[in-house]
Amino acid sequence: MIQGVAILLALLISLPAMAVYPGERLDDPALEERARGLSQELRCLVCQNQSIDDSDAPLAKDLRILVRDRLKAGDSDAEVMTYIVDRYGEFVLLRPPLRAGTVLLWLTPLLVLLAGVISVFVYLRRGQTASAEGTAPLSEAEKARLGEIVMDREHERD
Amino acid sequence: MIAEFGHFALVLALGVALVQALGPLIGMPFNASLGRVAVPAARAQLVLLSLSFLALVYAFAVSDFSLSLVAANSHSAKPLIYKLTGAWGNHEGSMLLWTLILATFGGAVAFFGSNLPDGLRARVLGVQGLIGAAFLMFLLFTSNPFLRLDPAPFDGNGLNPILQDPALAFHPPFLYAGYVGFSIAFSFAVAALLEGKVDPAWARWVRPWTLAAWCSLTLGIAMGSWWAYYELGWGGWWFWDPVENASLMPWLLGTALLHSAIVVEKRGALKRWTLLLAIFTFALSLIGTFLVRSGVLTSVHAFAVDPARGIVILGILVLFVGGALTLYAIRAPALKVEGIFAPLSREAALIVNNLLLTAATVAVFVGTLYPLALDAVDGTKISVGAPFYNLTFVPIIVPLLLLVPFGPMLGWKRADILGASQRLAAAAAVSAVGLAAAWVWQNDGPWGAPFGIALGVWLIGGAFSEIGYRVRLFRGASLPEAAAKARRLPRSAWGTAIAHAGVGVIVIGIVGITSWRVEVIEALEPGATFEVGSYTLTFQNVSSYEGPNFRADKGSFLVERNGKEIATLTPEKRIYPVSEMPTTEAAIYTIWVADLYVVLGDQTGTGAWTVRAYVNPLVPWVWIGAVIMVFGGMISLSDRRYRVGAPIRAASVPSARARKPEEEVSA
Repeated sequence: MIQGVAILLALLISLPAMAVYPGERLDDPALEERARGLSQELRCLVCQNQSIDDSDAPLAKDLRILVRDRLKAGDSDAEVMTYIVDRYGEFVLLRPPLRAGTVLLWLTPLLVLLAGVISVFVYLRRGQTASAEGTAPLSEAEKARLGEIVMDREHERD
Repeated sequence: MIAEFGHFALVLALGVALVQALGPLIGMPFNASLGRVAVPAARAQLVLLSLSFLALVYAFAVSDFSLSLVAANSHSAKPLIYKLTGAWGNHEGSMLLWTLILATFGGAVAFFGSNLPDGLRARVLGVQGLIGAAFLMFLLFTSNPFLRLDPAPFDGNGLNPILQDPALAFHPPFLYAGYVGFSIAFSFAVAALLEGKVDPAWARWVRPWTLAAWCSLTLGIAMGSWWAYYELGWGGWWFWDPVENASLMPWLLGTALLHSAIVVEKRGALKRWTLLLAIFTFALSLIGTFLVRSGVLTSVHAFAVDPARGIVILGILVLFVGGALTLYAIRAPALKVEGIFAPLSREAALIVNNLLLTAATVAVFVGTLYPLALDAVDGTKISVGAPFYNLTFVPIIVPLLLLVPFGPMLGWKRADILGASQRLAAAAAVSAVGLAAAWVWQNDGPWGAPFGIALGVWLIGGAFSEIGYRVRLFRGASLPEAAAKARRLPRSAWGTAIAHAGVGVIVIGIVGITSWRVEVIEALEPGATFEVGSYTLTFQNVSSYEGPNFRADKGSFLVERNGKEIATLTPEKRIYPVSEMPTTEAAIYTIWVADLYVVLGDQTGTGAWTVRAYVNPLVPWVWIGAVIMVFGGMISLSDRRYRVGAPIRAASVPSARARKPEEEVSA
């Protein structure tokens, strides 16, 4: 069983060795470029995290042709995406849309960054007030001792 | 017989690991001498697990199919090298390697850690032994590699053919050495919490171990990426695959840990944060192990699709991370906050480094695990792919890269930003030249690409500027004087500069491959001639041949440039009959600043073949840069002040080893 799963997985992984086939391409280079761009945003449903642009699976090929058919029919990029999501669900989108269920996905990195910036700011300010209160200038004896230490270290490095 | 010997050694290792853990952790408060058991126990554990691992490798080498693991994962027709590496090309064997590496790090502390205070060393080894005991139990009770089969089959099932590759065969050991190496940082952190003491000496001891683990992980990730590039057959080098992310997360946080430990060592600040980082870095290593082996993610790497094993690893994860965090909550508040510094200082710069690296780790973490969580909560299935990371990870990392050259130029405590900027003027100028050159060179490429190149040049230039500044080049020092100073610079300074320059090289590679790739996909008959970039290729023929354990179709392409023949490329399509799996062997001609990448596809009925050819500009720099980073790390590791086990004043105090540890702490 495990062996079977492993082979199946390996097949799925090794099949996507190639992507777009010569026969699929559109004659109009501008349309073809749009098709490639859209393909990179769409997931090959039977593969691991691969776009249909990278995948050689038959289903990915079908989707690539579908994208191109819609583009030839005059759809805008957004219309093509809506058309495909209506039929295959949001799972095909490699960039999940922002909605109630994905708010945390998109916002967590931002929130962590913000929280981090605030805590660093607070930390640095606290350090600064502490330094204003806490550090007296060095006394002559301390300066002399510091000089000795520095000399020692430099000597050591040679 | 040899297998039983290995099995026995494995069971014995578990017993020894328990002694190694319980002696110092439970026994020491009652009787100090119980802590001393840790050192010999750690040595014994290393020896036992080495023997056990060698026994398994031997079983694979002689194709002992009476071991069910060998029967399931090897085949008599395999080349010897892949029989050997097959020992860790499966769940059970790789877990054994995992525990061996854990024991190797523990053994290294036992053999070379004589400069550590006895109590700290015993506790570090105790925690290490506890982790080892948990994983050895996991190995013995759920994933025993030494189980026999009766009757033994006549031949084995083979090994996934795409894993039969030199880079991939050695990618797991480096990756594990990285993952598992962070266990030492974790053990040091827990030991410090147990002792209630974190001082600069602690940071100085912890850094070389972390650095060694980091170097291994960097190399392991680079090897995996290089393998994907040439083996999967369309020249991708990073896919944001959950399993890749699983290795990237501990790398990012481990990088943060390396930098924050500098602050603890030099200035005594950031102690608590560094302890947390050490705990979380190892937690992410364990999460990576869990993700790959539990079956919650499926991937080419996920060879153990067995939820029960996943739950055990999750249990280990919760136990260790939960335990460490509880200990942290109890003990950390007692740690004295030290080290006062201004908002503009090297300390503050390293904090910003940590902040951005942590945020980047969170972006990867959320992207990897959110789909699983959402599926569990309301059954919605979503995909998170490259476009998500381009919008979250990249905007966090780019500012970090922009700031990298400033860090080493800033002084401790209070820095002079104007001065630092002046010192970087040359780097900025060179970077502007890079921007202009890339702009002119690319005709209608993406507008962002030249800025990306400029960023890479800025990083490299910044690294050189730092060395230049430190040797006072062009600032009153003559060339020979500067050279003499350069020789006397501490190795860690060189290491920093080299590693940072390596990052710049990687950035340039990434920008090149993502922005300027040239692609030709055609159905061609032999005899056809076509152009890719500045190369002219002639498709000569396709021939078939039999390899040791595969059949192959081999295409032959003559490559010309400027009318001169420069190479013949022979991409292949292979079928491995044992598993009926096809693989592609891309043919690559590299001129170091670009690769010509040719793939032979399927036959399209009428004698024509699908042929894909790419010019991948600058892509080798991605891996060259990673190797440069590792080299920088190793230079730093060889610094006398950090050398593992070297007494701190070896040169001036011959009997340094005999000194009491307390003296070193106060030194």
